[in-house]
Amino acid sequence: MTAQGATLGLIINPVAGMGGSVGLKGTDGEDVLQEAWRRGARPGAEERARGAMNRLVEIGTPLRVLTGSGELGEDVARAAGLDVEVVHSPGPGPTTSADTRAAAEIMAARSVDLLLFVGGDGTARDVLAAVGDGVPVLGVPAGVKMHSAVFGTSPRNAGHLATLFLAASPAARLREAEVMDLDEAAFRGDRLSARLYGYARSPYERHLSQNAKAGSGASGETALRLAAQQVAAGMKPGHLYILGPGTTTRRVADALDLPSTLLGVDAVLDGKSVGADLDEQALLDLMQGRETWIVVGVLGGQGSLFGRGNQQISAAVIRQVGRDHIIVISSLEKLLALETASLHVDTGDAEVDAMLAGYVRIETGPNRSTLFKVEA
Amino acid sequence: MSIEPKELQAPVWREPVIHQMGAAGRRGVLFSRVEDEIEAGVGPAENLIPDAVRRRDRPALPELSEPEVLYHYLRLSQQTLGMMGISLFGTCTMKYNPAVNEAIAWRPEITEVHPLQHEDTLQGTLEIVHGMDLILREVSGMDQFVFQAGGGAEAAYVNCAVTRGYHAARGELEQRDEIITTIQTHPSSAATAAMAGFKVVTLPLDENGYPSLDALKAAVSNRTAALMVNNPDDMGVYNPEMKDWVRIVHEAGGLAFHDSANFNGIIGKLRPRELGFDACMFMLHKTFGAPKSGVGGPAVGAYGCSAELAPFLPSPLVAFDGSRYHLDYDRPQSIGKIREFWGNVPVVVKAYAWSRAMGAEGMAQVSDLSVLANNYMEKGLVAIRGVTRSHPDAKLPRLEMTRYSLQTLKEETGVDIHDVQNRMSDFGIDPPWTSHEPWLLPEPFTPEAGEMWGKEALDTWVAVVKKVSDEAYSNPEHVKTAPHKQAVHRLKPGATDDPKTRATTWRAYQRKTGR
Repeated sequence: MTAQGATLGLIINPVAGMGGSVGLKGTDGEDVLQEAWRRGARPGAEERARGAMNRLVEIGTPLRVLTGSGELGEDVARAAGLDVEVVHSPGPGPTTSADTRAAAEIMAARSVDLLLFVGGDGTARDVLAAVGDGVPVLGVPAGVKMHSAVFGTSPRNAGHLATLFLAASPAARLREAEVMDLDEAAFRGDRLSARLYGYARSPYERHLSQNAKAGSGASGETALRLAAQQVAAGMKPGHLYILGPGTTTRRVADALDLPSTLLGVDAVLDGKSVGADLDEQALLDLMQGRETWIVVGVLGGQGSLFGRGNQQISAAVIRQVGRDHIIVISSLEKLLALETASLHVDTGDAEVDAMLAGYVRIETGPNRSTLFKVEA
Repeated sequence: MSIEPKELQAPVWREPVIHQMGAAGRRGVLFSRVEDEIEAGVGPAENLIPDAVRRRDRPALPELSEPEVLYHYLRLSQQTLGMMGISLFGTCTMKYNPAVNEAIAWRPEITEVHPLQHEDTLQGTLEIVHGMDLILREVSGMDQFVFQAGGGAEAAYVNCAVTRGYHAARGELEQRDEIITTIQTHPSSAATAAMAGFKVVTLPLDENGYPSLDALKAAVSNRTAALMVNNPDDMGVYNPEMKDWVRIVHEAGGLAFHDSANFNGIIGKLRPRELGFDACMFMLHKTFGAPKSGVGGPAVGAYGCSAELAPFLPSPLVAFDGSRYHLDYDRPQSIGKIREFWGNVPVVVKAYAWSRAMGAEGMAQVSDLSVLANNYMEKGLVAIRGVTRSHPDAKLPRLEMTRYSLQTLKEETGVDIHDVQNRMSDFGIDPPWTSHEPWLLPEPFTPEAGEMWGKEALDTWVAVVKKVSDEAYSNPEHVKTAPHKQAVHRLKPGATDDPKTRATTWRAYQRKTGR
């Protein structure tokens, strides 16, 4: 990839974020969108897309933009003076998530260097469903819900990060980033339910004290792998270990040479897998008469420990296991990049949330740990 | 402040690599051939070198005349970017090292002695080392210092070794396998703790800019071997709860070590021992006015501790019996040696000369001036567009340093801290220090004024930041392509990371370029 030949895929979800301004906690689905319009919401995604595009143009990276027609990206990209090719035109009527997916599929097939989307968790899900980890994905934050870890911190920063990445700067690297989404229907009913939908490859900006020294990026990954190995090596015979979802905990299974489910909860006993993709009841059954430990990572850009993406490890499971039998693993880099300097729990049980509150130890590398505050 | 920063023009000599200069057979000095009687007496000169260590091929050395060599290195020295402008390189406590102290340290009484001489012939040297010990005891409240460590990180390692010795003597070493530190303590504390076999527990900061007492309470246990912490940290943040910290660690059975690297802000005001610390460490090339020697040494990490820990210190210690100085090796609980002999004596001599010249009152003025200068600069810097301070809502004033962020500037103009560093050098300002890793604050920079720069230098420094900020908002490309007036252009990011495009030896250069 060279700067001259860089190709950017641009997808704007024109209605992203509309629900939030009128108290709807999301904008997924036709009915909700209609309600948002009725309540007087106005689209803000285009404005946020413009912020990112302006940044790209200011920096002057030569690039070609593949995008959808009109409000799907063409308008903003042309207004910014970029070289545009329209690869998808929606049918009559308002655009839908099907348009996001269709456009993303074409961009993946065309092997864009980066797919920049403007939206929230719902849009991130649609993009992930279409491209998987096929092309790098970066989100310009414009949605109501943004639990995923694929977003820039602001539209301008997303534009800046995109530029660094397209210019192959050593300061921009790819990481595995969670794509998570709340169930909006449940959310609006004040019941919370979130799922981890998968991992996108997403660029992030490394903060460097020396200007862009490449080659040191492996150390974070190595530290995490060694931390996982240490947790695996410390497993006690006869004790049950519940491995939460995500790539961090998968490293523990890898260290034991066991298969694991990326998005599901697995269990290990005496070095053997005793359950994959378990639900709450299956976990409680396995725990019968066994001293049990929970091994979890930190999920999403907002730092969720329990209740977002790992609901299978329910309040009942956590209560029975106990706070001192919870092992948390995370890279220090990921912790420091969280939007707040704390982790969050939302198990649906106030008593368990209160039990989890306070400082929790997090394994960040071999013989390295830190303590982060958990907030309910 | 009405200073208009002026650009300089650095010399551009376009010096070739020394291997590309000169000519075959050219020499700096021509020696006369060995006289016959001498050769008859000792044989051919090359035979004086034993076979086993004699090289078979002639070395591929450059062949130049003496003036060519002198001019070459003079020109290279003129092309260095640092240490000749206003240098407020934060966390390093940059100071002028008085020439008279250099002259003293270069006297034959220092350069011509050897640590293996008999003590009786080293009394003056030992007196100076002992004198520096007494000065640091007074400054820190500790009971004994040792100068063996060759730098600050090695002094931190001394602390870990002493911690090991202390707990081993009490039969608790196996149980106490954790050392607690903070994310704003110098990384050498965590690194040396790990090297000494301890597990490292790192505390994050809360909104006040220092870790909360609750985080510490959650971290201590009967596994705690020690706390290793700086205060103030290298953002200039002073943790006012430090006495409670030490108490909590002591109650858990651990030791408390104060990394006194950032002592310029508190010297003469506060003794680590009075906060309860069991040990501390000074770098004589920072607070105590000895040169940094390009940070490659020679240096001294002066490690001091309480009487309770003194038996574990490395050997030998310099001791005084009232009439005579001697080297005390008879210390059965000693951790042994951290480094050869008893320290880099010329560095101790320079620090001793600095300390004696300053006196107790002068040292107290150091912290007054350093804190005043930093807070004066802070007023000017936070008024500049695009500049913010770390932990803006924290109430306590910063001591001798403040950490700033250019994140706003970067978001608004695309100009980042590296661009600003480069551009500042066009105005004769040594590129400022950013931050240790990990960067907790994006786009950081950290000036440390210290006590020796005058108001006009500080005003100039602030005015240059202001100028560069103005340029970033009006002509960001100009900042992003800086430096424009320096001896060298900006390195392409990543260029030095690719093994194919770098060479650290002439032979590697020839191999990789095919020239």
